Amino acid sequence: MNDMRIVERTVDSHQTKITARGVQVYYGEKHALKDVDVDILDKTVTAFIGPSGCGKSTFLRCLNRMNDTVAIARVQGDIRLDGDDIYDKRVDPVQLRAKVGMVFQKPNPFPKSIYDNVAYGPRIHGLTANKAELDAIVETSLRKAALWNEVKDRLAESGTGLSGGQQQRLCIARAIATSPEVLLMDEPCSALDPIATAQVEELIDELRSQFSVVIVTHSMQQAARVSQRTAFFHLGNLVEYGETGQIFTNPKDPRTESYITGRIG
Amino acid sequence: MTLIAFLLLFAAAILGYVLNRSAARSLRAGGAQLHSLSTFHGGFAALLVLVPTFLFIILWLLFHASVLDRLTMGGLPAGTLDGLDSGATQLILAEIKSIAGGRIFGSPEPWKIEAAERLAGYRAMSANLMLGLTALLALGLLVIARRTVSPEFRARQRAEGIIKGLMIFCSSVAIFTTIGIIASLVFETVRFFQMVPWHEFLFGTTWEPQMPIRADQIAAEGAFGWLPVFLGTLVITVVALFFAVPIGLLSAIYLNEFASPRFRKFAKPVLEVLAGVPTVVYGFFAVLTIAPALRTFGEMTGLPIAPNTAMAAGLVMGVMLIPFISSFADDALSAVPRALRDGALALGATRAETVLNVLFPAAIPGIVGGVLLAVSRAIGETMIVVMAAGLMAKMTINPLDSVTTVTVQIVTLLIGDTSFDSPKTLAAFALGFMLFIVTLGINVLALRIVHKYREIYD
Amino acid sequence: MTDMTSHPGPKSIDWTSDEIGARVRKRKAAENRLRYIGLGAIGIAFAMLALLISSLVSTGWQAFRQTHVTIQVTYTPEFINPDNLQRSNYRGLLEATMLDLIPGATNGRSVAAILSNGAQFTARDRIIADPALMGQTVTLRVPTSDPYDQLAKGLIDRDTPEANRRLKNDEIAAFDALLSQGVVSKPFNWALLGNADSRFPEQAGLKGALWGSFYALLTCFLLAFPIGIGAAIYLEEFAPKNKMSDFIEVNINNLAAVPSVVFGLLALAVFLGWFGMGRSIPFVGGMTLALMTLPTIIIATRAALKAVPPSIREAALGVGASKQQVVFHHVLPLAMPGILTGTIIGLAQALGETAPLLLIGMNAFVTAAPATPFDPSTALPTQIFIWADSPERGFVSRTSAAILVLLGFLVMMNAVAIYLRNRFERRW
Repeated sequence: MNDMRIVERTVDSHQTKITARGVQVYYGEKHALKDVDVDILDKTVTAFIGPSGCGKSTFLRCLNRMNDTVAIARVQGDIRLDGDDIYDKRVDPVQLRAKVGMVFQKPNPFPKSIYDNVAYGPRIHGLTANKAELDAIVETSLRKAALWNEVKDRLAESGTGLSGGQQQRLCIARAIATSPEVLLMDEPCSALDPIATAQVEELIDELRSQFSVVIVTHSMQQAARVSQRTAFFHLGNLVEYGETGQIFTNPKDPRTESYITGRIG
Repeated sequence: MTLIAFLLLFAAAILGYVLNRSAARSLRAGGAQLHSLSTFHGGFAALLVLVPTFLFIILWLLFHASVLDRLTMGGLPAGTLDGLDSGATQLILAEIKSIAGGRIFGSPEPWKIEAAERLAGYRAMSANLMLGLTALLALGLLVIARRTVSPEFRARQRAEGIIKGLMIFCSSVAIFTTIGIIASLVFETVRFFQMVPWHEFLFGTTWEPQMPIRADQIAAEGAFGWLPVFLGTLVITVVALFFAVPIGLLSAIYLNEFASPRFRKFAKPVLEVLAGVPTVVYGFFAVLTIAPALRTFGEMTGLPIAPNTAMAAGLVMGVMLIPFISSFADDALSAVPRALRDGALALGATRAETVLNVLFPAAIPGIVGGVLLAVSRAIGETMIVVMAAGLMAKMTINPLDSVTTVTVQIVTLLIGDTSFDSPKTLAAFALGFMLFIVTLGINVLALRIVHKYREIYD
Repeated sequence: MTDMTSHPGPKSIDWTSDEIGARVRKRKAAENRLRYIGLGAIGIAFAMLALLISSLVSTGWQAFRQTHVTIQVTYTPEFINPDNLQRSNYRGLLEATMLDLIPGATNGRSVAAILSNGAQFTARDRIIADPALMGQTVTLRVPTSDPYDQLAKGLIDRDTPEANRRLKNDEIAAFDALLSQGVVSKPFNWALLGNADSRFPEQAGLKGALWGSFYALLTCFLLAFPIGIGAAIYLEEFAPKNKMSDFIEVNINNLAAVPSVVFGLLALAVFLGWFGMGRSIPFVGGMTLALMTLPTIIIATRAALKAVPPSIREAALGVGASKQQVVFHHVLPLAMPGILTGTIIGLAQALGETAPLLLIGMNAFVTAAPATPFDPSTALPTQIFIWADSPERGFVSRTSAAILVLLGFLVMMNAVAIYLRNRFERRW
């Protein structure tokens, strides 16, 4: 517990970006997520923690409707982005996902060049009018992902040739190239070594200035280091949700306390 | 006779089993500690008798016919066969055989009847000899097996050793088959190149394999340049792929990305039915339905469509290849890791964009491997082209024209009577050799691509 | 992270703008286009299958019925010599019978041609079987010859100018006279299954081909099944992992892709050329098919063996079984359903295989069914090839019918394989 540097930042009174009420998820017969209510604030890093299989990744995948791509998944309840129901029939998941970007557990660069990886989103969404604009977006995104200096001379090389940490930062650059409003990160550091993890964590902190970031993590230390708000999930239930400092120092629920002190998990 | 020999063999094997087992049992009853169970002693004896004797009978059956033929022909009055080529000799032998079998046509020469009687005598003798030797061999092995029974004899290990040897033999059948294919093709091809220079075959642009009417006419008039034949094969292959590749790929994309699980469950077996239809059926389909339809189409539009147009054979071959390509593409698309698909979808790509921009490029090696295998199939496909393509070799790449293929030429050259010393017959083997090399090369390349691709994502 | 300050983020994007909306609509349209093109591609494949089956059924179903004429034959001494029944004038007898049957007919040869060439032998066999019929009248139902069969089935257009028609006006009139007397019938064509091949379509049947295919497949099974299982067990369970077993494995995979006609060349050169075996022999065909089926069986067997979990092997080894006992007592029985499924599928492929059988002469014209696997005969697919090449009109529908019979067998074999797979499939 000693290495937990609780972030000494209070949460500014940001407005709510996403509100979720009564969310239930079923995978076939399995009731994977039970009645979750969460408000996610703008320009804040929110961490979802909890033991394996507790439903935190499932909930994350509800926020950009990635569960739609799993045939047996069924989502109920109300999730609103800026007040608009994202499960409304009129909402196009394609457009939703441009606004709510996602970074995955394992780096998954496309087997294309570094440039094409980052440019892919802006291209399909038609965000640029010409090559110069696209070049600018690629450069800013790579700079924001702290990768530009490492790859600026080999943008034409394949993205799969980078190291694990670089690949993950490339995936982050790819996700922020479409200027999403929310960035979902599903255990983004679990496949990385400590140095790469530190780089990505630093990056997450920087990203907070522009996006609302939601990060699922296995590591309490990481949650403590990067997030301002933390939600603890257990067995498909949202047990406790609040400011990170409060969750880690003064949890209200005994289950949270047990998890944080390492008695369940 | 053969049946009796086999019965004898099995009886001896069973006898060996019973004898050795009871011998082992009586040893045990006498208080001895046996290394192996008595049934293993029996099993060892049965195997020891069975394997060599079986091998003996098979070898005898394989070779006795040609030995008898040689004896018969060798015993003919001196000078009878002088000046006859091997075709005529074969004819005489066939006649002698049919006389020996009791089928007499017309009134054959006395020396033929005499030879037939000798042949019949040899046959009876050979059958008795085989039976006698089989019995002798089995008996000898029985005695040897019986001698082995002793407390220390490791019957289980020995029996398992024999079984392992049998299994190794089974595994080597595949190698023998390959050796047999290569040996027979090379052997006959070399003989062909002794009659026709190899460069004429490889680089010649005329293919007119004519039956030499007189012996001194060998290949003087015939031309054996394989290029037009191979070109015809390529034309039909290209037509087939032109049809099959887009349809196969698009079907795979639809099934993989858009189809509901229920539709997929119904559509995949239906496509597999197309793959299970024998090619002779496709050939008849081409002749019965597709060729007349194309002819009518040609008459309506004024296109010069030849009666045996390469289009008909190519189209039908394309239908045959659709399931092949679609299942390869389906596998290749499914093998792309889910993470890549998720990555594209999470950026807001539509399903079509995901497939075309991300999945498809990633699956290209697997798909290319599948298409190459399809090419090799199309080149080696026989019945469709035998029934629907032409016989005349032309240097043309016009798919509306009539072309011939390597396989068509092999079949037409070899259907009917074949004697192994006319260039016409041997040319078929030379074509077969080229076919084997080309398809083998493509297959090896394709399998390598597919394997490499699998390694990337495993 | 100094980059951040020097480079402001991209301008924020208004996702609700008309421009973006139009673009999304366009992308959606492209997605739907791909969907419908894909559906169209599958549709074409299905349509081809439907066309194939419908053209076979529409031409083939007629061959399952054969036009027959019922005639009253009186064995009179005028034509029949009781002392030499074998060589009596049955043709004359039938001509007279037909002249009686058709009012106004004068040309006996012409009206007798309505009947199949085999009718005289039917008449002969009847009285040879029972010589007491001499002087009596018997009722015979005999097939018509091919042109009249076509006419009865409506395949000859009566409006075609006479010069271009296979049957002339008087011939059609004679047949119509038979029709009006109600002596023409179209029963099920048992000859299609019960007769061997013939030059005359109305007498040609598949008996010889069915037996030939049966003997060839039996040989193929007896050779390929044990050898295939032996090879697969050795390679999967015993073979040391070295260059040799790699080589064998590559070899098997390549053999599976060698064109079938090359196996025909092998059989022709080795079995017929070097070993001097006979042409057109189902046993030789079976050996050739066995070589082709072997890779399929080996690959299927190895997959089935692989699917048996190692825990079973360990359990048996743990109680002191030898490696061979483990395999033959435990692994092989558990893998059997998978092996059988693969074998049946391999045999189904072998049943449809044509080219290698052509090269060893199984396209001979044989008018008797083979009594043993060593008698010359045809096989089902080569019979189809022969009939497809025959010029007589009646053979078109018979070819389709033969194909339907072949496809029937294939469907049955595959159904058995699927049943086995579903019935005995285990999830470990």
